[in-house]
Formats: sequence, C-alpha cells, structure tokens
Amino acid sequence: MRHIISILLENEPGALSRVVGLFSQRNFNIETLNVAPTEEPSLSRLTVTTVGDDRVIEQITKHLNKLIDVVKLVDLTEGNHIERELMLVKVKALGAARDEVKRTADIFRAQIVDVTPSVYTVQITGDAGKLDAFVQAMAPIGILEVARTGVSGIARGDKLLSL
Amino acid sequence: MELLSGADMIARFLKDEGVERIFGYPGGAALHIYDALFRQDSVQHILVRHEQAATHAADGYARATGKPGVVLVTSGPGATNAVTGIATAYMDSIPMVVLCGQVASHLIGEDAFQETDIVGVTRPVVKHSFSIRHPSQIPEVLKKAFYLAATGRPGPVVVDIPKDMTAPTERYEYVYPKKVKIRSYNPVTRGHAGQIKKAVDMMLKSRRPVFYTGGGIVTGHASEALTDLVQRLGFPITTTLMGIGGYPQGDRQSLGWLGMHGSYEANMAMHHADLIIAIGARFDDRVTNNTSKFCPTAKIVHVDIDPSSISKTVRADVPIVGAAGSVIDEMISLVQGREPASGEALAEWWQSIDGWRGEREGKLYEPSEAGEALKPQEVIEAVYRATRGEAFVTTDVGQHQMFAAQYYKFAKPNRFITSGGLGTMGFGFPAAMGVKLQFPQDDVVCFTGEGSFQMMMQELSTCKQFDVGVKIVNLNNQSLGMVRQWQDLNYKSRHAHSYMESLPDFAKLIEAYGFTALKVTTFDELAPALERAFADTSELVFLDIYVDPFEHVYPMQVPLGSMRDMLLSKTERT
Ligand SMILES: Cc1ncc(C[n+]2csc(CCOP(=O)(O)OP(=O)(O)O)c2C)c(N)n1
Ligand SMILES: [Mg+2]
Repeated sequence: MRHIISILLENEPGALSRVVGLFSQRNFNIETLNVAPTEEPSLSRLTVTTVGDDRVIEQITKHLNKLIDVVKLVDLTEGNHIERELMLVKVKALGAARDEVKRTADIFRAQIVDVTPSVYTVQITGDAGKLDAFVQAMAPIGILEVARTGVSGIARGDKLLSL
Repeated sequence: MELLSGADMIARFLKDEGVERIFGYPGGAALHIYDALFRQDSVQHILVRHEQAATHAADGYARATGKPGVVLVTSGPGATNAVTGIATAYMDSIPMVVLCGQVASHLIGEDAFQETDIVGVTRPVVKHSFSIRHPSQIPEVLKKAFYLAATGRPGPVVVDIPKDMTAPTERYEYVYPKKVKIRSYNPVTRGHAGQIKKAVDMMLKSRRPVFYTGGGIVTGHASEALTDLVQRLGFPITTTLMGIGGYPQGDRQSLGWLGMHGSYEANMAMHHADLIIAIGARFDDRVTNNTSKFCPTAKIVHVDIDPSSISKTVRADVPIVGAAGSVIDEMISLVQGREPASGEALAEWWQSIDGWRGEREGKLYEPSEAGEALKPQEVIEAVYRATRGEAFVTTDVGQHQMFAAQYYKFAKPNRFITSGGLGTMGFGFPAAMGVKLQFPQDDVVCFTGEGSFQMMMQELSTCKQFDVGVKIVNLNNQSLGMVRQWQDLNYKSRHAHSYMESLPDFAKLIEAYGFTALKVTTFDELAPALERAFADTSELVFLDIYVDPFEHVYPMQVPLGSMRDMLLSKTERT
C-alpha cells in the first residue's frame, strides 16, 4: 500500500542525506520526496511517499525514528488527511489544440501561467491521482515537459505534527 | 573563563570526560590536535601502525570496559582506513567516538589534498556523525558524540574536524558541558508494564520455554539480573555469539550458544520450544537459519532497546521496547513468589534437553592421536585450562573463531571479544591490544588464524613500543579454513584461493620484533609451550600452533533449513 510519511527534521547539514540514504541502504522505496523549511527555522518538514506492506512500513517508520535528526514523524495515511501536489506542465499549444488545452485546464481547475505562440505552461494542484489524470488528458495533445513537487500533506482536524 | 584553541579544547575535553587513552595515527589535518596532545599528560595516545587497528583497539577496550573507545585519525586516507573498524563497531553496537581531521573549511569540496567526505562515506555505518562548523561548538559536539555513542543502543559516532577549527591562534571560551540534551533523542529504558506482565504470564504458563539472549545483555550490563531471573525460573538459556558470557556457560541451565555453529542442544531446544524469550538479540540470519521454518511451535517475547530490531526478521508476539536490565528487573519482581504453572512439563522439557546433550556427549570432535596433527578444538581446550577460564579472549574470524567460542567456556560478560556482525578478519590482534592496555594484570589471549593475523600483524610494532603483553595463539591450518570448509561442502572441494602458499616463518617474524615465538606441531609440545607462554602475563608470546588443515566446524546448520537441520560431522546430519 502507498503511504505518506511526514517528518520533522533538524535543519542541519547532512540531515536530508541521512534520510535518503536510509531508504537506499535498507532497500525501501521512495516514490516522491518533498522538503522545505517550516515556520520554526530549526526544522524542515519532509514528506515522502513510499509503497510497502505493513511490515515494511513499520520498519521504515522505526528506522526513520532512529535517525538522530528526525524529531517527529507521522504516517498521514493512517488517518484522515489532505494530500496535495503541485505540477507545472508545458504543452504544445498550436491551432485547435490551444482551445483544447484551455478547456481541459479549466475542467481540472488548472491555470495557464505562461504563454508563447506555441506553448502553454499549465499549473495544477491536487492529489497525485488528479495530476496523473491531467497528464493523461494532455498526453494526446503533446506534453513537452513536466515538473512535479512531490506530495505534501497534513492531517485533517486538530491533529498536529509539531514540537 | 578559560580561552582555548579548538585543538586544546579537544585535549581538555577528553580529560574532563574521563578518557584515559585514545588510539590514533597523525597526519596533516590532525596536527594541531596532535600538538595539543603533546602538551598535556592526562590522556595517553597509543600510536598504532594502521588506522584500522586504532578502531579495533578502541573497540576491544570498549567491549571489555563498557565505555566508549576513542580514535583519532587524520583526513582522507587516515579516515578511510578507519572505516572497516567503524563498521565493525556499528554491527555489534559498540560505543566508539572517532575524531577525524578534515581539510580546512575553505577547501572542502575542492578535492583538496587528502580530502574525503568521511561523513558521507561512513553514513550507513555510524549511529550519528557531526561536522564541526565553528571552534566554539567543540565542547558541546564532543559531549553529544560521547552521549550518543554510549546510551540507548550504543554505536560509533564520527566527528569531522576541519583543520581551521583547531587552529592554535583562535581561542574561544571553554566550559566542560556536564550534560547535553538532544531533543530528538530520548532512548527508552523502561519497558511497557502491561507488556512485561503479559510476557511473564506467558513465561509462567509455558511448557517448553527457552531464553535466547544476545549482546544487549553485555552492553546493557544486565548479566547479573539475567542470571537471577533465569535461575529463579529454572529455564534453559542459549545466547548468541555476541551474548556469550551474559550467563555463566558452566551452569547446567546454559545450553551454550545457538545458530549456524551453535550447540546441538541449543538449536534443538529452540526448534522445539513453545516460548522463546529473546532479550537484547536481533534474530539475525546466522541465528535463525530459514526464518520461514524458524521455531514453528514457539510464541516469541522480544525485548530490545531498539524498536527497529523488533519484528525485523521474525515477528514478535509480545514486543517490549526497553533496556534489558530494567525490563529483567521488572520481570523478576513479577516472578517473585510465583512458580511455573507446570513443574512437570518443565521437568519433561529438561529430560528432552538432557537427551539432546547426551546424544552428542564425547562426540563433538575426534581428538588427535599420537603422530597426527593437533586438532584446533583441543588447543582451545588446553588454553582454557592453562588460563583457568579467566582470560580475556579476542578472536579473528574463521574456523578458529568458532572453535574458540565453542570450547572456551566463559563465566563472565565482557570477556569474549569477537567481531560477530561484520566478521572482520584482522579484528582480534588490535582488539587484544586495546584490552591488554586496560587490564595489564590479566591474561589477554587472541585466537587467530594465519590468514587473519596477516591482515593486522603490523601491530607487533605497536606492542613493542607500548609493551603490550598479549598472547597470540595462531591456529595455523595453513589455509583460509572457513572458506575451505564452505568449498568442501558446496564446491566439491575446489579450493579456489583458500590455501596459503608461502606462509612466513612466523617465529622469525615475531623474533624480528624482539618477542618470543613458540612453534608447536605435536600434542606433546603443547602443554609445555602453554606453560612457557603464560608464565609471565606482561610478556607478548606468539604460539604458532600447527593444526589439522582438514578439520571442519560442526555443528553446522544446513542452509535454508530450520534451526534443527544440522550437519554434526563430516558424515552425520540430523
Ligand atoms: C576482511 C575479511 N575478508 C574476508 C573474509 C572472509 N573470510 C571469512 S573466514 C576466512 C578465512 C580466515 O582464515 P584464517 O584467519 O586462517 O582462519 P581459519 O578459518 O583458517 O581458522 C575468510 C577469508 C572476512 N571475514 N573478513
Ligand atoms: Mg587458517
């Protein structure tokens, strides 16, 4: 099963490489990885999506917790949560395709954020499934480039991942 | 307020931390630190002849004392030479602090002379690592390094120190930090009370229980508590290779150690048990054999300080995260005044175990007959007698290591010092140095093989410089015996590079360093040679003992089988 694990990490040099190294060292898999500082400057928040059965996920969370730089973590998929990813897509936009891209973008509530005579750059946010669907819809028209941020997420309700 | 340079802070910190001795080797990036060591006399520096030996010596010290071993090396090749020893300590959860010189900060990333990203290189084999960014951080970072190395599940910690951090011209305030806090690191000690109660109830109800304990008993200083618990319950106990000495091996309840080359009765008892009480052990592949066939009728209680060790390879029915000593103490208080539910079942269980013991009695190996080559097993037994079972024993890796573990019986923890997890040839001799320097009055014996010894024999020079009187027992089978054994069993005796052509005359080699060497080829020569060798504890003696090159280590578990599937000799199997 796919899991989204969010980690509060010491904002120290080398901390990220320890997390990433752990995954390759122990043969765990990383589907997406996303990391940025939090409102508390000494902490980064890192979100990783991974796939594995319960035994593997248990090992992943235990080994992550063992890293000295990992302050706290949560497996968001264990409860209700919000999952978002942002994607920028460059698509060919010539002739009739120009309208087609615009229409499809509207349906997906995506925005066209940059325009040239032949290319639209579309920005879209949503869960990974929505982004995949958009990529599929655009594929016949001609995707030129895709940049995805990787999944970020947060628990619903009062639950917090903080110090 | 005291102003010190980074280098002087390091020397001062080591003193304030109570470090008596460090092992190291100098080089450019570490020279400010070496100069600071020169100008003090609280901390003794042992100059090894290869950085790997520094780590093994520090490791031996740590295993014998329970305190972190300390290593100092220079950048680049100095640090990379230390990697094998760091990995060795990591695999066996040994507390160690490794101080590595590094090129000056402004050169980092430029492929400067002797620059290696040692934090990167060692990342998978350390508990944690630090890079010093400012000299004023030194006291706190070092304190954290020692704290992390020695607490929780111990392990090696690397501290990377760019040369400019130790410059003699820059001075900063030094205060010894008595305590440090790391917000993300709070090792558990006490186990969950409910889980412990559940485990104890299962123990008292079980009909065929067995304790299976590991290195966590030794590193957790829990051997007395364990002995108390096991004796109150009257259960059998087997230990891992790393757990040897955690329970007195001469005691009737001890089944010896288990696993690939463990005792017949230990492996049989595990296989037939209905309850396994694992404490400070990690169900590794050299113990479990095929996990899908592992102990089919047993429920498993697993106590470990490291949650990630629990249910990693074998699922625990009752997981307990906690320090061995604390959990065992709680178990004792719950057991007090209660009896195992079925004394009769336990008596029957002991009958089965005694039966297994009886089956192999007197058949473990065939002693040599007059005119035949000595058997390695009888040499270990003779050394055991000559040292009254009281020596510190280190080993290298191979058949001799397994024989030492099988035939030297340990009554105390911290006495059997071996590279169990990584299986590092070359470990034994420098580890023995580290032990002997700390315990000059004790006999320290290194069982080695001619293959392993040649990986670290340069340390004879260190022993000469610092008068280190270890006893080296070279079980010379003129081959990489353990490799040869596998080739006999799996490759139709095609001995690809497992024999040693052109062995040196070890006696001459040893004599070149001014030490005594005795060559033994017959049984009759053995006893007098041992008497001579152990006459003076302070003297380094090398025993070059020629043993049967064709001997195999048995029992040996059959690959992919269960615990009870074992070869018992070249012709028998279970
Ligand atoms: C550094 C290292 N290289 C290779 C091995 C693989 N290995 C395991 S045992 C062994 C043979 C050891 O020979 P020796 O020291 O003579 O011991 P013996 O088995 O003959 O008693 C080898 C090569 C190892 N454990 N460590
Ligand atoms: Mg050999």
